[in-house]
Amino acid sequence: MTDFSVIGKPRGRVDGPAKVTGQAQFADDLHLPGMLFAKLLRSPVPHGRIKALDTSRAEALSGVVAVLTGKDLPEKYGILPVSQDEEALCTEKVRYVGDPIAAVAAVDEDTAERATELIALELEELPSYMTIEEALEKEGEPIETLRFGPNVHKAVSLEFGDVESAFAKADHTREDLFFYEGSTHLPMEQHAAVARWEPEGKVTLWSSTQTPHYVHRALAKVLGLPMNRIRVIATPVGGGFGGKSDPFNHEIVVAKLAIVTGKPVKLTLTREEVFYAHRGRHPTLMWVKTGVRKDGAITAMHFRSFLDGGAYGSYGVVSTYYTGALQTTTYKIPAYKFEGTRVYTNKPPCGPKRGHGTPQPRFAIEVHFEHLARELGMDPIDFRLKNLVEPFTYTANWLRITSCGLRECVEKVLEASGFRDKRGKLPEGRGVGFGLSAYMSGASLPVYWNDMPHSEVQLKVDRSGTVALFSGAIDIGQGSDQVLAATTAEVLGLEPEDIHLITADTDLTPIDLGSYSSRVTFMAGNAAIQAAERLRDQIAEAMAAKLDVPTDRVAFRNGRVMDAQRPEGGVSWEEACAVAEAAQGNLMSRGAYKPPELSGPYKGSGVGPSPAYSYSACVAEVTADPESGVVEVDKVWIAHDVGRSLNPTLVHGQVEGSVYMGLGEVLLEEQVFRHGLHKIPSMLEYKSPTTKDMPPIETILVETVDPEGPFGAKECGQGPLLPVIPAVANAVEDAIGARFHEIPITPEKVLSAMDKAARGEEPLIGPTSLPDYHLGEVLRVDPPDGKKVELFPMHEET
Amino acid sequence: MLRLPPFAYVAPSSVEEVVEALHTHGPDAMIVAGGTDLYPNMKRRQFEPKVLVGLANVPELRAIRGTPEAGLTVGAGATLREVSAHPVIQEHYYAVAKAAGLVSTTPLRNMGTIGGNLCVDPRCNYYDMPFPWRKAVGFCMKKDGDICLVAPGSPRCWALSSSDIAPVSLALEAKLRLIGPQGTRALEANDFYRDDGIEYLTKERDEILTEIQLPPAKGLRTTYWKLRRRGSFDFPILGVAAALTMDDGTVTRARLALGAVASRPEEVVEAREFLEGKEPTEADVHAVAEAAFELAKPLDNADGHFYWRKRMVRPYVQGALKELLRMGPPESWPREYN
Amino acid sequence: MAKRGLGKGRVKGESQDIWLRLMVNGRRCDVVAPVQKTLLEVLREDLGLTGTKHGCELGECGTCGILVNDLFVLSCLTLPVDIQGKEVTTVEGLAHNGKLHPLQQAFSELGAAQCGYCTPGFLMAAKALLDTDPSPTREAIQDGLSGNLCRCTGYLKIFEAVELAADRMGAERRKAATAPQVAP
Ligand SMILES: Cc1cc2nc3c(=O)[nH]c(=O)nc-3n(C[C@H](O)[C@H](O)[C@H](O)COP(=O)(O)OP(=O)(O)OC[C@H]3O[C@@H](n4cnc5c(N)ncnc54)[C@H](O)[C@@H]3O)c2cc1C
Ligand code: SF4
Ligand code: FES
Ligand code: FES
Repeated sequence: MTDFSVIGKPRGRVDGPAKVTGQAQFADDLHLPGMLFAKLLRSPVPHGRIKALDTSRAEALSGVVAVLTGKDLPEKYGILPVSQDEEALCTEKVRYVGDPIAAVAAVDEDTAERATELIALELEELPSYMTIEEALEKEGEPIETLRFGPNVHKAVSLEFGDVESAFAKADHTREDLFFYEGSTHLPMEQHAAVARWEPEGKVTLWSSTQTPHYVHRALAKVLGLPMNRIRVIATPVGGGFGGKSDPFNHEIVVAKLAIVTGKPVKLTLTREEVFYAHRGRHPTLMWVKTGVRKDGAITAMHFRSFLDGGAYGSYGVVSTYYTGALQTTTYKIPAYKFEGTRVYTNKPPCGPKRGHGTPQPRFAIEVHFEHLARELGMDPIDFRLKNLVEPFTYTANWLRITSCGLRECVEKVLEASGFRDKRGKLPEGRGVGFGLSAYMSGASLPVYWNDMPHSEVQLKVDRSGTVALFSGAIDIGQGSDQVLAATTAEVLGLEPEDIHLITADTDLTPIDLGSYSSRVTFMAGNAAIQAAERLRDQIAEAMAAKLDVPTDRVAFRNGRVMDAQRPEGGVSWEEACAVAEAAQGNLMSRGAYKPPELSGPYKGSGVGPSPAYSYSACVAEVTADPESGVVEVDKVWIAHDVGRSLNPTLVHGQVEGSVYMGLGEVLLEEQVFRHGLHKIPSMLEYKSPTTKDMPPIETILVETVDPEGPFGAKECGQGPLLPVIPAVANAVEDAIGARFHEIPITPEKVLSAMDKAARGEEPLIGPTSLPDYHLGEVLRVDPPDGKKVELFPMHEET
Repeated sequence: MLRLPPFAYVAPSSVEEVVEALHTHGPDAMIVAGGTDLYPNMKRRQFEPKVLVGLANVPELRAIRGTPEAGLTVGAGATLREVSAHPVIQEHYYAVAKAAGLVSTTPLRNMGTIGGNLCVDPRCNYYDMPFPWRKAVGFCMKKDGDICLVAPGSPRCWALSSSDIAPVSLALEAKLRLIGPQGTRALEANDFYRDDGIEYLTKERDEILTEIQLPPAKGLRTTYWKLRRRGSFDFPILGVAAALTMDDGTVTRARLALGAVASRPEEVVEAREFLEGKEPTEADVHAVAEAAFELAKPLDNADGHFYWRKRMVRPYVQGALKELLRMGPPESWPREYN
Repeated sequence: MAKRGLGKGRVKGESQDIWLRLMVNGRRCDVVAPVQKTLLEVLREDLGLTGTKHGCELGECGTCGILVNDLFVLSCLTLPVDIQGKEVTTVEGLAHNGKLHPLQQAFSELGAAQCGYCTPGFLMAAKALLDTDPSPTREAIQDGLSGNLCRCTGYLKIFEAVELAADRMGAERRKAATAPQVAP
């Protein structure tokens, strides 16, 4: 089936009109009668013990309706079952400047805010840990002690194959250190949540969340209510990028306040508070060693990462694994060892930001390989091409690779950019750099392990022929609404606008685990196709009888249903639905997607497997001024294997947005701290690129038609960020010789590299040592050598 | 949502009424023009005036009058957009047009005035932060506290003069007209500023800045170079304003001023000595750049590493002067990043 | 007691409620609100016009941008009392008789609105730009929109949408200009 009518066509989004007219209702746009407004009192110290907390003056303030403290919400929670370390309001200790301690609901925001200022708070300050090194080496009361030692949240050590003897077989090895600074999502929409107590003894929460299902679970746990007493509705998310995928304290607090007051309550974070909610990129210190033969073949890699996790667990256990898991999905690494350590620090918690845990190692490896190849006397591109993974193979850490257009991406991006004619040949101060990457199209395991589907879709047709689609998926800007409508419409021969979407409402919609890990297109898309095919088959059966043709000759096209051999005949969609309803009763169907079992035979194998990986290759051309230290990106070329481009307009948009965010990370953005506080919690000082800072981008889409993806599609919303960062760093080296083992590449760092060069030193900027921390025992795993790749396609025709 | 604290608002329709209102309400009152500096500051509780005297309804403040021959007078209430788009200013007072056009963003230039720009509150990233943040860091002497967090031993505030037009006004030797209860006075721009992050103006609280008088433009060449990390939004982290009066190839008058290197715009007086009365050479330009470099003492209280901000003084001064002296082809000048 | 407008020197204690007479999207709206309430707050909270969004309330993002007498300004830093008698246009006032403005159409078609949160601000900035420069170059578009941040799109689709809208509006104008004149 290649003559698609919707799929593959560039077109606008079904949610476009609502968004361009201002009708899309974001969480802060909700205004309910009698609504109260809430504010949080937050910790002014990075680490401290609560000695006394007196809310009486706040309660006495006229206009204040309720005040909550940690005592009211003692149950701990967290996104991962293994790290339930967050409190909606701190009970004993505060762990970062901004950690919430008390909450007030009042008749208006001003009153609520004034009330928080009337709360008497006495804190005993504890030593603070602001860096990875401090967390591991500084003496004093730790933030938390788990089984890995003081301030260590997670430690993992995995070895696939015999790494030591594989290194022994290498003709050459090289080691490098890298540091990747933290950055934040900075969604334009500040988080907001509204809760209402329903007369029938239920609480409804509207929230700007990427993961209504996980919020649902956390609310049930902390509020002590059964899940069926809670309804979570995700409002359109005004930018997420991973930053709205944890259950948040403010969501729990408004829900509790609604229960306590019996009134609707709204809480909208200020921009400053959004920086405290964070869950962004982990600052990560990395060490990598690779062994290669003379011919360039990699024999072994050893990768170590230290993640600065901030004050709470969040997704950190998973983030830690991600800094090690995907190294093998781009290059053949027959023996691989990974050691990861995540520490607690007194900063807002880190978590998943676009690319979750993988941009850091990708930066390290793509820069490391430049040096390694050159030491070997090989062209760095040829070195990479020699080691690229092959489609339909297994990696040493048991990841199943299926469709893989990496080689084509590399070739196309090199050609489009003229890389080979430019590298090393542009005038001084100008350079090109290259990087490549892979990313997951959804994690194959859910956060809560169970055997149920990850995405479900229901369809229902009414007498107007309108197809109502019910799905738990929430559009965060990535275009999930369009994917659901377009895949369904394609199967049914309708237009996406004919599909009425009801999404992300736990009372009404079947499960979708959430808009994270680039899973929605793949999983909800597959579920939608299945539901649509089943609906189509019901109608086909009824129509076959009416048209007196075999069922498989009934075709659905342009809003009509006909005998495929007599396309000019047939009936309208509405009539066909009437025929089917008369024959079968209610017209409805369901579809579900559950990823195949892909985990390897070892503990920790749950992180990394995905039903399919997207691939990207990127070239950046830069101008770097050795006098001023300023680096400007002149152009970016990026080729991306998206499996099948369901809608080129949207795919281009996702790729461009990813490149944008990557450019911000490599040159400008920093979530940094001073005196124990976030240094710059402001939109002005946290430097997000403006319209004037954006270079042109040439996007090349590569289609490999994945055997398991919906119509062959894979992800495109995260992967294309990854190669941008090393491509720019490598381009800077090409331009002025400065080697960056640390990002962001800021002007003063460029100048200090130039100063080093002038002194005859290596112009390298980056970390020089690793902290002294020894992981426990390594888990040794045999690679799945020779294991045959099995496929589990869902739909006959895709 | 960050909101403004309560205040009473007075909307006079003449300068006279403004002065009267300021006088009546004393130290509780503040002027607001475009509000693009004051309102964010008030939302962060850096200022909590009881009374605001708005200039929006005082049309006389908006006029741009005069001629390049006699000198141009720009009303303090003219918006940055009006100033940057004014054909006479563009042609004869290029630095003013350029600096005004580089302030913040399009909508802020539609709102912000040149008067407000000259009076913009000195900035510091320990200070231009929301109230809860400032409370957590322990406040500083500029508002609510008693020490300086950048230079803890210091008895004074080092907040940074961050106006784009302030250094230009020095370089052009603009005269500023102030009206207060005591009457009218005209100040050299240089005398308008004080080297203090808190009391940064010599203007009395009940005085209003009414106009900026630009000198006759004959032989005048001016420019302004702004350094910032993004192409929009950002305050200058270095501003170099230069004005040369030329007679054939000879410089008869040279003024160079730096912005965003101290609590006030600073004139680099050595420029007079090294450039005036001659056809300056590359070496003269370098000597001025060196003097400017010595003068600049950026601290760690603004965007960009202070080491970098200082380093950029040399190329920026050279660039601005070479541009005015038309020294060599533009490709040979250092680059401007704004 | 609400006071209509503000004369010289009228000062009332702490918070001062005033009676505002605003023209928003061609309609007269009367509101009583404390004088310190910004236009952003009045639009969203008193007039129910929540199409105008906010991302910082400090002038640092452009999300709250609206038009006042065709000039693109920030509602988070505008006092309603200062713009009485002027025309306010918000995103809700762009479409006419249910027909999208060409900018809205183009933004929707080209995916220039991803999450859509920055979109109202960008639309208003783009409208102000096209009003003064009907066929802007790419550079003029980058300039005209440089007061607005978007975190989703990388801006390129937004630039393309403005170009597409400008082209279509230009074609409309040319068609109107060459259409046979009908005598009154
Ligand atoms: C995000 C952002 C970015 C910015 N970037 C820049 C930048 O790059 N460069 C820059 O220079 N500025 C910048 N600004 C500051 C400000 O927008 C401009 O300086 C603007 O010109 C201030 O003018 P205004 O009319 O809005 O001043 P207002 O805010 O109205 O007033 C500022 C101060 O001047 C006083 N004042 C105003 N007019 C008079 C008068 N006539 N007589 C006496 N006192 C008066 C006020 O009392 C107040 O103290 C930025 C602001 C923001 C929010
Ligand atoms: S320079 Fe010192 S006193 Fe002045 S604002 Fe900054 S921290 Fe405060
Ligand atoms: S809300 Fe950010 S500029 Fe107004
Ligand atoms: S579309 Fe999401 S911020 Fe612009």
